[in-house]
Amino acid sequence: MTTTLLLIQALNGLQFGLILFLIAAGLTLVFGVMDFINLAHGVQYMIGAYLVAAFSAWTGNFGWALLLALPTTLAFGLLLEVLIFRHLYDRDHLDQVLATFGVILFLNQGVKFVWGAAPLSVPVPEILSGSVEIASGLLYPVYRLAIIAAGLTVAALLYGLVNHTRIGMLVRAGATNAPMVSALGVNIQRLFMVVFGFGAMLAGFAGAMVAPILSVEPGMGDNVLILAFVVIVIGGIGSIRGAFLAALLIGLVDTVGRSFAPNLLRLFLDPAAASQTGRAIAPMLIYIFMAAVLFFRPSGLFPAKR
Amino acid sequence: MTELTEMQSAPVPSPVMRLELVPIILFAAFAATPTLAAYSGAEGYILSLLTRVMIFGIAAMSLDLILGYGALVSFGHAAFLGIGGYAAGILASHGIEDALIQIPVVLAASAAFAFLTGAISLRTKGVYFIMITLAFGQMLFFLATSLAAYGGDDGMTLSARSLVAGWGVLKNDIAFYWMALLCLLGTYGLSRAVVASRFGRVLRGTRENTIRMQAIGFQPFRYQLVAYVLSGMMAGLAGFLLANQAEFVSPAFMTWQRSGELIFMVVLGGLGSLHGAVIGAAAFLLLEEFLPEILHAVSFFLSDDIRSRLAENWKMVFGPLLILIVLFARGGIMGLLRRGRHD
Repeated sequence: MTTTLLLIQALNGLQFGLILFLIAAGLTLVFGVMDFINLAHGVQYMIGAYLVAAFSAWTGNFGWALLLALPTTLAFGLLLEVLIFRHLYDRDHLDQVLATFGVILFLNQGVKFVWGAAPLSVPVPEILSGSVEIASGLLYPVYRLAIIAAGLTVAALLYGLVNHTRIGMLVRAGATNAPMVSALGVNIQRLFMVVFGFGAMLAGFAGAMVAPILSVEPGMGDNVLILAFVVIVIGGIGSIRGAFLAALLIGLVDTVGRSFAPNLLRLFLDPAAASQTGRAIAPMLIYIFMAAVLFFRPSGLFPAKR
Repeated sequence: MTELTEMQSAPVPSPVMRLELVPIILFAAFAATPTLAAYSGAEGYILSLLTRVMIFGIAAMSLDLILGYGALVSFGHAAFLGIGGYAAGILASHGIEDALIQIPVVLAASAAFAFLTGAISLRTKGVYFIMITLAFGQMLFFLATSLAAYGGDDGMTLSARSLVAGWGVLKNDIAFYWMALLCLLGTYGLSRAVVASRFGRVLRGTRENTIRMQAIGFQPFRYQLVAYVLSGMMAGLAGFLLANQAEFVSPAFMTWQRSGELIFMVVLGGLGSLHGAVIGAAAFLLLEEFLPEILHAVSFFLSDDIRSRLAENWKMVFGPLLILIVLFARGGIMGLLRRGRHD
C-alpha cells in the first residue's frame, strides 16, 4: 500500500514540478538576460488560468480555449513589457521589486473586478477525464498524466530551442554576458521582448493547464511565484537546465514531504507529536532546502554567469 | 549655525540643519494628537489609527536601518513582526502576561532568529539575498500556519493586553498610544545614535563599496550582521506592539506581501533618513485607510454604481500609484521635501 501511495505522490510531485518549471523557465531567462526581478510573473500564470476559464465558458471547449488563451497571454505579456517593465531595466532591484509589486496589486484586484472574487472552476475536458490503471490497483487521473506529458513536451521543445537555434544561442549568450552580446550588434532590447513575451506565455500555459484541477481565484499566482523564485535560485539564475532540475526537485520534495514527513518522524517520536511536527516541518522543507543550497553554493547549482 | 537661527527659520540655513526640523515636527505632531483628538469626536478611531502608524513606523524604520544604510534588501522583514506577535501571544497563553518579561523574550527571540538567518543570508549578495530572506520569511509563515496549538491558520486571540509590572495600564488606549510613541522615540534615538557612530559610518561604507571597506581592513560581514540583528529586534518590538494593540496575532502578520509593504513604506518615505521611513509608513497606512473614500469623493461625476465599485476596488488605483511613485518620485517623500527646499 505504501509503495502505491509513494508512486502516486511521486507522480503528483512530477506534475507539480513540471508546472513550476513552465513558470520558472520564463522567470529565469528574464532574470538572467536582463537582470530584472519580475514579481509580476506569477500574475501571468493567474491570467492564463482566468483566460482559459473565460474562453472555455464562451466556446464550451477546453482545446479552443487553450488555443485562444495562449496568444492572449503572449500579447498581454508584451503589453506589460512595453508599458511598464521596459522603463525599469536600468533601475536597481529595489525599484523593480516595488513596481512589479504594484502590478501584482493591480492585477489581483483587476481579476476580482472583472470576474468577481469567487473562485471559478473549469471542467476537465471530456476526452481527458476519468482515470487509468497504471499499475495493479493503482488508478491515476488521465488529465494529470496529460499535464505531465505536456510539461515534458514543452521542456523538450525549450531545450531544443535554447540549445540548437540561433535565438536560443543569443539568449544563452545574453544570460552569460548581456553587455557583450549588445556590443556585438544584437538588438538586446528586442531579444528581451521576445524572451519576455515567451516567458509570459509559458507561465500562462502553466496556469491554463492547471485551471481544471485547481480553483481559479485572485492571488493564485502569488504563492506559485515564490516557489518559482525558490526554483530559479536553487537552479542558478539564467539556467534553463538548472530550473528544470530544481523544479522537479522542489515538486518532489514538497509533495512527497507533505505526505511522508509525519510517517518518517513516527520512527523517532510518538504518533501525536510526529503528525504535529510533520505537518509543521513539511511546508518548510523546500525553504530549508533552499537555504542549505545557498549556504554551500551561494549562486545556485548551475549558475549561468561566470 | 545655532538653534536660534533654526527656530527663526532664517532664509538660507544649511540643508542639514533644516532637515532636522522634519523629525521634530513629526514627533511633535504625534505627541499633540491625543490632546487634539479629544476634541474631534472620533478620538478612539484617530488614536487607534495613529498607534498603528507609529507601530509600522518602528518596523519600517528598522528596515531602513539595513536597507537605507546597508543596502540590504530584506524581503522577509515581516517575519520579525510575526516573531514579536507570537512571542507575546504564546507567553500570554501560558499565563506570562507581563510586558517586563514578554519584551525581553521578544527581543531575544528576534535577535536569535536574525542572527541565525542573517549569518546564512549575508553570505549571498544582491538578488540572492532578497530571495533567501524571502525564503526564511516564508518558512516562518508556514511554521505559524501549522502551529495548531496556537491557532494555526486562524491565528490566536490574546486574552488581554500585556500588563506592566502587574498593572493593567495598557488596557487604556491613550496609555497604549503613549507607550507606542515612547517605543518609537526610543528606537528612533537608538537608530540615530547607531547611524551617527563609527559603526554606522562603516555600515554606510559597505553600502557604497564592500571591497574597498575590506581593503582598508574592515570585515563587512560582521557589521552587516550586527545591523541585521539590531533591525530584527526593533521589528520584533513592533510585532509585539501590533499584537498587543489588536489583541490578536495570526500568520497574516508575516505574509511576503507584508514584507513588500514594509519595503514600500521605506522607499515611499525616502531611503536612509530613518524618520523618512516613519513618514512613509504614515503615508502608506493613511492612503490605505482613506483611498476608498477619496476615490468615492473624486468620482462624483460618475454613477453611484461605478463609484461604489471604484471605492471597493481601490487597490486598482493603489497599484499603479505605487508604480508611478517608483518611476517618477525618486527619493520618496523626503526627496521631495529636500528638492522643494533647494529650488
